[in-house]
Amino acid sequence: MTPETSSPCSCGSGDACQDETQKARRGFLGVAAAGLAGIMLAPGVRLIEVAQAAPNPAATPAGASAGASPKVRWGMLVDTSKCTPGCNACVTACQTENGLPTQPGPTDAQWIRKIEIKEIKTGKAHSLPVMCQHCAEPPCVDVCPTGASFKRADGIVLVDKHICIGCRYCVMACPYKARSFVHEPQTQQKPDVPRGMGTVEGCTLCVHKVDKGESPACVQACAAAGYGAIAFGDLNDPNSEISKRVAQYSTRQLREDLRLDPGVRYMGL
Amino acid sequence: MKIALRQLEGRSPGYWALLAVLAAVSGVGLLAAWTMEHHGHVITGMNNQIVWGIPHVFAVFLVVAASGALNVASMASVFGKTVYKPLAPLSALLAIALLAGGLAVLMLDLGRPDRLIVAMTYYNFKSIFAWNVVLYSGFMGLVVAYLWTMMEHRMNAYSTYAGLAAFVWRLLLTTGTGSIFGFLIGRQAFGSALMGPMFIVYSLSYGLAIFLLVLLAVSRWTQRPLESAMQARLTRLLAVFVACAAYFVLVYHLTNLYFAKQHGLERFLLQGGGLYTRLFWLGQLGLGSLLPLVLLLAPKTRNSRAMLVLAALAVIAGGLAQMYVTIIGSQAWPLQIFPGYEVSSSFYDGVVGSYTPSLPEWLLGIGGVGMTGLIVVLALKWLAFLPQRLDQFPSDAVAGNAH
Ligand code: SF4
Ligand code: SF4
Repeated sequence: MTPETSSPCSCGSGDACQDETQKARRGFLGVAAAGLAGIMLAPGVRLIEVAQAAPNPAATPAGASAGASPKVRWGMLVDTSKCTPGCNACVTACQTENGLPTQPGPTDAQWIRKIEIKEIKTGKAHSLPVMCQHCAEPPCVDVCPTGASFKRADGIVLVDKHICIGCRYCVMACPYKARSFVHEPQTQQKPDVPRGMGTVEGCTLCVHKVDKGESPACVQACAAAGYGAIAFGDLNDPNSEISKRVAQYSTRQLREDLRLDPGVRYMGL
Repeated sequence: MKIALRQLEGRSPGYWALLAVLAAVSGVGLLAAWTMEHHGHVITGMNNQIVWGIPHVFAVFLVVAASGALNVASMASVFGKTVYKPLAPLSALLAIALLAGGLAVLMLDLGRPDRLIVAMTYYNFKSIFAWNVVLYSGFMGLVVAYLWTMMEHRMNAYSTYAGLAAFVWRLLLTTGTGSIFGFLIGRQAFGSALMGPMFIVYSLSYGLAIFLLVLLAVSRWTQRPLESAMQARLTRLLAVFVACAAYFVLVYHLTNLYFAKQHGLERFLLQGGGLYTRLFWLGQLGLGSLLPLVLLLAPKTRNSRAMLVLAALAVIAGGLAQMYVTIIGSQAWPLQIFPGYEVSSSFYDGVVGSYTPSLPEWLLGIGGVGMTGLIVVLALKWLAFLPQRLDQFPSDAVAGNAH
């Protein structure tokens, strides 16, 4: 990766270099190599550690998504005509389900939030939840240097907490403000939802529930509150409730101009 | 004409004092990073609205300046300006030191700096960040090779090629740095192909300003008077670079003003953005462009060494202001998820983000500058980077190059 540290002598022959440095003056290469090793924290020379640090392949995103079917595309449809201003049921359910702070401040994570919007020209107002839109072309995945931010075969976009280095580039890249950085040590973690200081997280579409055949917590809570404003299902299955409604009504994706093809759709906007 | 390169004596109390100060600054920076890692970023001013703060301002500034610091060397080996040849090793050394300092800050500001090994072993090649890791390593390697060809007599013949490779690489490097922002499609202030070239132009002026400061300091502290013709050349060059950078800023804002959808952002940056607006007009333009241009060009000041130092300092201060506006101001401006709508939420949608850098962040950023300085000061003593005299330079005419 960094040839200059693993093999500081670009002439390739250590002996030749030694002869050269027999002169009284200090050789350039030796000092430069020592300096560089220090500067670059010698990433290249710690190969043993690298091997040890490499996580078990079965635990990597590729392994994790082995169970997810590429035939499925999980998605949501939010009916804004049913969503009510002031109702926060989905947000509260998400916080409880995922062990998130319930009175979030500026440094806290918010995986889903209610946004009140009012069209400036017409004054028409809506209230709607916004969470990770589980884009088909997720910029958060594109920019992630390590591949920690990844999309499962079934379209769910997640962060692998073991590989995330906390660079926050994905937070910068997401056009929907769907990602949060964990600013402080976490204590109240849920066994199904690992969270860690210094890493980035966002709505997982309650992947731990979905994999068990359940709906995400927000969807359940919205139904339980009597609004039923969020439909969840497989967008690839023409017979699913969500696909039928998407086929029947006009729906929108947020920031369609960016062509990220989010899995979350809105109707009534 | 043969150029004799020498290392610094490095035995004076002044040298040791400087070394001690730089070591202390670097040490405090490391301590700050450790504290941030221990408590989490909650002790910084950063939050989920503004996730890149002052450390990024310093880091990006240093990394951009690194590629620009190579200017003088490039002019000697790539553009055949032999007159700059004696200064080429110093220029290459600065490039390495600045890059190292900047990268250290960038790395120590990660949420998980302990996972450096992960960053080095897991690559997503679609990520411009991952590309940058390759670009940084390659730049280090090429500049070291280049230095080698300059400083090892039997390798001298290859220095033009090594210099050319380093020059091309540094263009790529800074394009890569600019593209970190250029590829952010969701953020209004970024997402432009202009970012790459614009950062290259910034790098020219930041890098030369820093080079000048170091050169003048060495010249003064080691009593090697600098030839006034050389000073005049570098003065003119800096003026040209500063003017180019200002031109790019103008184009950037004019294009934005042309697009109706960018008007809100521009009004924010140029008019109603509080600190960001002040930093733009007073810092970036006033201090970073106008003042240095006047100092570098006005007949009364252009020959004064003190004024040159002042101009270089102003370019640096202006550059930091510029990075602050570019990196933080652009995050403060809220994402437009619902263009044409008024929005509000518990997650500060539609609200200008607020950010006040905390002490550990400042210390980490300044620590990076300390590390850069430390590397330079140590290297100057270890190896012969400096020409023995700064009052004699080979003329271009001798080498058959007009200028
Ligand atoms: S909404 Fe944001 S975080 Fe979610 S997939 Fe799209 S870009 Fe990524
Ligand atoms: S913060 Fe983590 S998930 Fe996001 S881009 Fe960086 S490494 Fe990837």
